[in-house]
Amino acid sequence: MIGGLFIYNHKGEVLISRVYRDDIGRNAVDAFRVNVIHARQQVRSPVTNIARTSFFHVKRSNIWLAAVTKQNVNAAMVFEFLYKMCDVMTAYFGKISEENIKNNFVLIYELLDEILDFGYPQNSETGALKTFITQQGIKSQHQTKEEQSQITSQVTGQIGWRREGIKYRRNELFLDVLESVNLLMSPQGQVLSAHVSGRVVMKSYLSGMPECKFGMNDKIVIDKQGKAGASDEAGKSSGKQSIAIDDCTFHQCVRLSKFDSERSISFIPPDGEYELMRYRTTKDIILPFRVIPLVREVGRTKLEVKVVIKSNFKPSLLAQKIEVRIPTPLNTSGVQVICMKGKAKYKASENAIVWKIKRMAGMKESQISAEIELLPTNDKKKWARPPISMNFEVPFAPSGLKVRYLKVFESKLNYSDHDVIKWVRYIGRSGIYETRC
Amino acid sequence: MPAVSKGDGMRGLAVFISDIRNCKSKEAEIKRINKELANIRSKFKGDKALDGYSKKKYVCKLLFIFLLGHDIDFGHMEAVNLLSSNKYTEKQIGYLFISVLVNSNSELIRLINNAIKNDLSSRNPTFMCLALHCIANVGSREMAEAFAGEIPRILVAGDTMDSVKQSAALCLLRLYKTSPDLVLMGEWTSRVVHLLNDQHMGVVTAAISLITCLSQKNPDEFKTCVSLAVSRLSRIVSSASTDLQDYTYYFVPAPWLSCKLLRLLQCYPPPEDGAVKGRLVECLETILNKAQEPPKSKKVQHSNAKNAILFEAIALIIHYDSEPNLLVRACNQLGQFLQHRETNLRYLALESMCTLASSEFSHEAVKTHIETVINALKTERDVSVRQRAADLLYAMCDRSNAKQIVAEMLSYLETADYSIREEMVLKVAILAEKYAVDYSWYVDTILNLIRIAGDYVSEEVWYRVIQIVINRDDVQGYAAKTVFEALQAPACHENMVKVGGYILGEFGNLIAGDPRSSPLVQFNLLHSKFHLCSVPTRALLLSAYIKFINLFPETKSTIQEVLRCDSQIRNSDVELQQRAVEYLKLSSIASTDVLATVLEEMPPFPERESSILAKLKKKKGPGAVSAGELEEGKREGGEVNGWEVNQQKSEPSQENASSLTTSPSPTPTAMHLSLTSFFFPSSLSQSTPSPSADLLGLRSAAPVSAAPVSAGSLLVDVFSEAGPAASTAGVNDDGFLRFVCKNNGVLFENQLLQIGIKSEYRQNLGRMYLFYGNKTSVQFVSFSTTLKPVDPLVEGGAQVQQVINIECLSDFSDAPLLNIKFRYGGALQNLSLKLPVTINKFFQPTEMSSHDFFQRWKQLSQPQQEAQKIFKANHPMDTEVLKAKLLGLGTALLDNVDPNPENFVCAGVIQTKAQQIGCLLRLEPNAQAQMYRLTLRSSKDTVAKRLCELLSEQF
Repeated sequence: MIGGLFIYNHKGEVLISRVYRDDIGRNAVDAFRVNVIHARQQVRSPVTNIARTSFFHVKRSNIWLAAVTKQNVNAAMVFEFLYKMCDVMTAYFGKISEENIKNNFVLIYELLDEILDFGYPQNSETGALKTFITQQGIKSQHQTKEEQSQITSQVTGQIGWRREGIKYRRNELFLDVLESVNLLMSPQGQVLSAHVSGRVVMKSYLSGMPECKFGMNDKIVIDKQGKAGASDEAGKSSGKQSIAIDDCTFHQCVRLSKFDSERSISFIPPDGEYELMRYRTTKDIILPFRVIPLVREVGRTKLEVKVVIKSNFKPSLLAQKIEVRIPTPLNTSGVQVICMKGKAKYKASENAIVWKIKRMAGMKESQISAEIELLPTNDKKKWARPPISMNFEVPFAPSGLKVRYLKVFESKLNYSDHDVIKWVRYIGRSGIYETRC
Repeated sequence: MPAVSKGDGMRGLAVFISDIRNCKSKEAEIKRINKELANIRSKFKGDKALDGYSKKKYVCKLLFIFLLGHDIDFGHMEAVNLLSSNKYTEKQIGYLFISVLVNSNSELIRLINNAIKNDLSSRNPTFMCLALHCIANVGSREMAEAFAGEIPRILVAGDTMDSVKQSAALCLLRLYKTSPDLVLMGEWTSRVVHLLNDQHMGVVTAAISLITCLSQKNPDEFKTCVSLAVSRLSRIVSSASTDLQDYTYYFVPAPWLSCKLLRLLQCYPPPEDGAVKGRLVECLETILNKAQEPPKSKKVQHSNAKNAILFEAIALIIHYDSEPNLLVRACNQLGQFLQHRETNLRYLALESMCTLASSEFSHEAVKTHIETVINALKTERDVSVRQRAADLLYAMCDRSNAKQIVAEMLSYLETADYSIREEMVLKVAILAEKYAVDYSWYVDTILNLIRIAGDYVSEEVWYRVIQIVINRDDVQGYAAKTVFEALQAPACHENMVKVGGYILGEFGNLIAGDPRSSPLVQFNLLHSKFHLCSVPTRALLLSAYIKFINLFPETKSTIQEVLRCDSQIRNSDVELQQRAVEYLKLSSIASTDVLATVLEEMPPFPERESSILAKLKKKKGPGAVSAGELEEGKREGGEVNGWEVNQQKSEPSQENASSLTTSPSPTPTAMHLSLTSFFFPSSLSQSTPSPSADLLGLRSAAPVSAAPVSAGSLLVDVFSEAGPAASTAGVNDDGFLRFVCKNNGVLFENQLLQIGIKSEYRQNLGRMYLFYGNKTSVQFVSFSTTLKPVDPLVEGGAQVQQVINIECLSDFSDAPLLNIKFRYGGALQNLSLKLPVTINKFFQPTEMSSHDFFQRWKQLSQPQQEAQKIFKANHPMDTEVLKAKLLGLGTALLDNVDPNPENFVCAGVIQTKAQQIGCLLRLEPNAQAQMYRLTLRSSKDTVAKRLCELLSEQF
């Protein structure tokens, strides 16, 4: 289990140090600083083993979070915890920065006491935590005994993520399907690898203890239904649009036994925002953009680059925040860019031409051409031609996932599924979206 | 050097550097650098010509980026352009970039060299200096090729500025160090030497570094520098502290130059010219005198400078090793430092004393400080100083103080630092061995050593003590008693158990009379340690047990019981199991007589170089062992480890054979020679006495006149090669036959006398060295041989040598006889021996082709020219052994002549004064029948017959 947790700033100074177990000594703090933060070579592995002690670290802007252990723990668990902790901190005080951490260190220690106990991760549900760890220390003194006992019973109870007696005038829920699409494409347009990793994030404002059921176009479910009612025309037509999910994980509120037996997703949701599920697909991905590069070397001192991007989705949809990044050789001495749409600029500090387009509708194309002047060098090293990468945001799910229903049942209170206002939004973002040139 | 003017501040650079320093993360830093690089690239690429200032600024930025660890692959051209600038700062930055970043790029190198050449030929001294610094900083072979010819000219030119001369001298030194073959001084030599007379002290200091380096390679060419250096030194030494102005450092005149001069003089022997030498001695005396004066300043720099000169002077005195007066004074001076509160001084004093101790003149003087050194060993806080003290104790040890020093070292060993313990142990072992006056003291010391520092006692040390105990009758009883007592300690080291097991196994009977150490008590004592020991020790103990059975039949049943128990006879270790099984069988089957023969007492070991010494030599003991004084000793481990019953039969002859050359010598200094290696005490082989640096005085004197084969250690190899074939010694006829195929060995041996032979032959001439070794402790009186008069007295344990010259007049078949007469304890002894001179000794090997061989073979086809014999093999048929023997015969072994590769074919010519006799030989082994057919054809029938007779006994 986790033996200790340290937070460092970019200089390697310790901001937060919390040791949970005796096997972690004081020198562990320095060991990580010396061997990872101040290492000569950049340390790329997130897990470092120093003197039989394992350090798991994540970096948020300039802040290092490191979990330390001497035992053989499940690394995935540790990272899950670290990410969760980042979420909790963000929920409490916003961006994780040195200043914020310094200003909130009492709170952070309080949180660390709560979410880790003797190195074992505990409840890290922000909603639940916020009920008893508050930034206004005085407030807790005014809590009545009833409230306190209620919190206790909730935290220790069966449904630890939701407290009882929540009441809303308007029962509302928001469902976001967030996907990031990753691609590596050859210059000729052949897909070398592609996958989508997606998340279903839900924000619920529902009264009482509602029972929810979530349905999507999961291939297995659709096929089963198709078999059950072979004559059902609708089932058949929707079967074409079903997607194959490679693997998925759920929030702790989802009843896994039911998912295993019926593949239905039913749960009592926490109050507020949470991540309902995570999934990954690799088949039949809709690639929102196609990048067509053309690079020509003119002599030793000049390079001509032409890049065409084509949007490949319904013309009625609009892609946003499009950014194409064209790497330039290391001996670039000057760049001239011409583009029809958006703005393009040579960024010397990143050794790339960055082309930004604010909006672009589907089934359109746009192009950029650049002349790159090169300085002759002594080195005979050839330019390795790194791939052209792209960022964007589209209002649909590139995996093809569709929310079919989200039903809410609350037997005790008198509101029905129809009374709940539901919002669904799809956002597809680029992950690592690269085309070789 | 012109000061950097205000306008040259390069604000852009300062801003860039501060930007980098302010970066919060590595990524930010890389971004900033990328931006800057792109900026510089666009500036360099731009059509506008850059002015010198911005060029300098950008080159500076590139340098800074490079020093941060990023690759720079452009900007070289701009840097080269800077070289041709007329501004100092621009040129300087250009040179800086070149010396940091230049790689062997052909076109650039040409440009750079051109720029450097221009600067070298300019009249501006600062530019010349910059160019010279650049050459020296790069110091590549290309640079040397381009400028090695130019720089000496600058160095000696009359109109060159002093500062340039300094730079030129150091630059040349650098080039000489990288590629000595390219720097040819030739014609410049004398002018460079005369730089020692230069007015400017800086030039002299720089030049002397160069001259020292050059004269180390060719001392003869620079011989003239000695007198110049001496006069320069005397001028400095005699000058008042105010004379040299800038070169006076804390009241010491030119300390660096003085040190360098003294070091230069250490490259040469003492000057022959009396006047020069007198002046030098005067200088050295002055330096020693000055050391006695009260310090002119309390500052540490003053004393450091003064002491540096003093130590260098002492090093020179030691190097000359010819001025007893100075040596003793130096020693006294160092003696004062021994108690100085400055740790470094104590260290240096001890170190220098180590070398002083080896000089015959100052050895006594060093010895007077023994108490101080011992005190240093005990109380010094710094471990490195303690180590030096131990070294010095080792170096100053001689017979008079050996006991004291060894005792002190032993007591120090208990508290010594772990890192130096092993070395200390070796030193104690060597000193004990070297200066042992009585062997009981030696045995005591070594046993103590094992007790105190058992872990650090290497194998060699305990092998040695066993060898000495075995070879010395007089200590055996004492050793057995001491070991027995030592073993009674509740916890004793494994090495102690090994020594104990070995010695009790051999000589347990000597103390068995005492009821407190009766056989059974001894056995039980040994066996109580058995279970705690490692496998090799257990194996040794098992051998000790079987020896017990022989020594004390009454223990037989007990020991058999032990051997029979499962933990021995079914031991998982093969070696232990085999020993247990074999010893058990041996003890139950063999009769007492057989047992007694098989388990006879070990024969004395041959005397070789003390393997401990070889070991110490391997670990660099500073000042402890002078290099090259000993030949590489063979590991003696084999002998002791090979202490096994089944080997004993063959061992004695072999061992005895090689021990002849090493019987104790008559000279008193070598009384303990049993410990030393091959030593030829005869006047003939006495090499010139070595300088006293010799550790044991046992310079393994290879005989001056001896042939290459007879170099000491080779002897051993000759014997061990013939090992399995060698038959029991003592019978002369046998001994005679053994010498047919070899030239060196033991001719005869009995309880009193051992006769060894070394011989060499060339054409029809030969020379034979006979060594008569007295094996007893009583002298032989009226010793005489028939050959030549020898010293009639042979001391107990001593050896005398006799040389015989042999000439072969014509072929012969009977060997000359040697009669020896002497009186031993009143009884007249008379010996008659055949000298191993056989006809084949005068063989000259002849190489010939297959065709030639058979042609001659056919020419010698008459029946009387051929002699043939078919005989049974006496020894195993080993091809390599056969080859060695045939080569030892003196003929040439011809390969690829006989169609059957199993057969051996040889050819040779026997040289006599009267005629030359050609001989051809063919040996056909039959491995199945274990038979040989030997055919000899010779132009003379008697020769063929005699050779056939001789050879048939050999295989």
